[in-house]
Amino acid sequence: MDPINISYFGEKFNRLQLANPDNLLNSIRKEGFKTFNESGLPGTKNEEWKYTRISNLFHKEYHLTEDELKSEINISDVNAVRLPGSENATELVFANGKFIPELSTIRSSDNELVILPLEEAAKGVFKELIHEHLDKSSLFIKDGIHALNTSFIYGGVFIYVNKNKVLDNPVYLYHISDARENHTLSQPRSLVFVDESAKLQVVETYSTIGSMDSFTNEVIEIIVDTNAIVEYYKIQNDSITASQVGTTHIRQIGKSFVHALTISLNGGMIRNNTDIIMEAAGNEAHMYGLYLLKGHTHVDNHTLVDNTKPNCFSNELYKGIIDEQATGVFSGKIFVRPDAQKTNAYQSNKNILLSDDATVNTKPQLEIFADDVKCSHGCTVGQLDEEAMYYLRTRGISKEHAQSMLLEAFAADIVGQIKPEPLRIYVEEMISERLSVN
Amino acid sequence: MLLSIKNLHASIEGKQILKGINLDIQPGEVHAIMGPNGSGKSTLASVLAGREEYEVTEGSVEFDGKNMLELSPEDRSREGLFLAFQYPVEIPGVSTTNFIKTAVNEKRKYHGQEPMDAVAFLKLMKQKIELVEIDKSLLSRSINEGFSGGEKKRNEIFQMAMLEPKLAILDETDSGLDIDALRIVAKGVNKLRNSERGIIVITHYQRLLDYLQPDFVHVLVNGRIVKSGTKALALELEEKGYDFIKDEISLTAAL
Repeated sequence: MDPINISYFGEKFNRLQLANPDNLLNSIRKEGFKTFNESGLPGTKNEEWKYTRISNLFHKEYHLTEDELKSEINISDVNAVRLPGSENATELVFANGKFIPELSTIRSSDNELVILPLEEAAKGVFKELIHEHLDKSSLFIKDGIHALNTSFIYGGVFIYVNKNKVLDNPVYLYHISDARENHTLSQPRSLVFVDESAKLQVVETYSTIGSMDSFTNEVIEIIVDTNAIVEYYKIQNDSITASQVGTTHIRQIGKSFVHALTISLNGGMIRNNTDIIMEAAGNEAHMYGLYLLKGHTHVDNHTLVDNTKPNCFSNELYKGIIDEQATGVFSGKIFVRPDAQKTNAYQSNKNILLSDDATVNTKPQLEIFADDVKCSHGCTVGQLDEEAMYYLRTRGISKEHAQSMLLEAFAADIVGQIKPEPLRIYVEEMISERLSVN
Repeated sequence: MLLSIKNLHASIEGKQILKGINLDIQPGEVHAIMGPNGSGKSTLASVLAGREEYEVTEGSVEFDGKNMLELSPEDRSREGLFLAFQYPVEIPGVSTTNFIKTAVNEKRKYHGQEPMDAVAFLKLMKQKIELVEIDKSLLSRSINEGFSGGEKKRNEIFQMAMLEPKLAILDETDSGLDIDALRIVAKGVNKLRNSERGIIVITHYQRLLDYLQPDFVHVLVNGRIVKSGTKALALELEEKGYDFIKDEISLTAAL
């Protein structure tokens, strides 16, 4: 990477550290910046970044708001990005990566759900919890881009769901980047703790205003305690000038249930890291992904299921439809550590290429150090089923219509995993519109 | 004339399969095409339906006054051709009802008609469900997914009932059916017979023809129709096997 950028971030980093003295956050940021300084941005020689070259994205001057929460983003910008079901959701707004309480709406009582700016939470009753859990993701992800987020932890959010509270209202996170005047770098940081026997649905979505470039470098850590249930949905449908590296780091610290889904429909260069760390016996996790790509959009889904304890179950299904010059990347890593006997881990990645210029790179990686486990993986890359196309056409259905029917069907089993109904219908309609014949 | 096939030659991957088929079908007629494995029966069905892997190298097919070989598979269907598949495809994720509704409405659009509204469509469905005795729970499922062999064939006949073709080709609709399933399918087909509709029944065996009582029987051997006759010919084949035909051909050739 450009040395100018390093010094640019160095200055910003120093200013942030001075402006916001907090022992815990200062030391976490410091470690982060050290890693960033040492490793820089990950290049394509790094096996984990082989197909996704983000360094090029940094060959421009980004505007980074490191230590102030002000932005030009207002309520009408928020209105423009609200998702269906928002009237019953807690809505948290991030402007250029910073959590803005004034634009946010909490729709659960505070004995169920606590929402606090991260800095504030780090000082109060949640201090211990934050001390214990914030930035555990750095133990798993050592690259410079994750470290860059950590270097600038400020203006993040802490979300806590109390014991035994099953939230009826989902939490929506709207990430809005203002790229009207400058190229904008947003680095949202969130820590979510779902306490014992609680349930939370989290939905994240991204939107860039303006025609300059935006780069969102996000880290969200979700800790799931015993008997808790977490559903996580990430919906990416931003403009082609919007690039993103997003890490969703989920740790199941007690026997619990996780259902995670990533839908990528539009954007520039996107990298999603979805990690599930099974830290307790008997955990269950389901991960789904759908990427529907065209133009020059590049979407890279890296997943990790790290089984450290016995009797965990994970199932993973990612599907892609790639058209025009778009690129899809899937890398699915499953670790089964020596203690993780009786692990059941399944993984599947299926791709349909619709154009000769479309590309997909898919790579399952299983590393198994226990002997009594059931693991399977598989990936397919192909075109539409010719037999099915022919069958539909012999019934008078046009080639184009037959294609859209088959593609919708291909996508349907992923979309069907979106449990909040308004959200599912919304995504179904977007996909249907995208695939329909004029 | 409903269908007129003249000197039809077709090949796949450079291999000649059809070597000069001639066949005329009038409205209301039922023609059976029989013949040993590999004689080109299913190829004929595929070529007529417009399967793109097959290349027509010579000859013509006129369907209801139109040059059928110029039409796409979907346009052939919209013009009134129907192929009941030997092996109907399973299509997970596409509901049978939606699929049939789309098919019906695309045909209507082609003929300049308004799409059928939900009420009219359901009424038509109900009527045809009774006609061909199909379990309606099948129709809410994905196309043919997890259907038994008999259910798949019945679904083909149901689609035929819904699309009301001018000409239906039943490609080995009897294969893989037990006696009861065969009877139900044949009954459905018989109910769809009328004075306007032509039907081509491709089969190996007499048993489906017992139910359908074709007007004409043709024997296809090595890409050509080598013998045509009435339903008595089918009985003769059943009795003597295809060898007697082959012997007859070689005898003719020797003369």
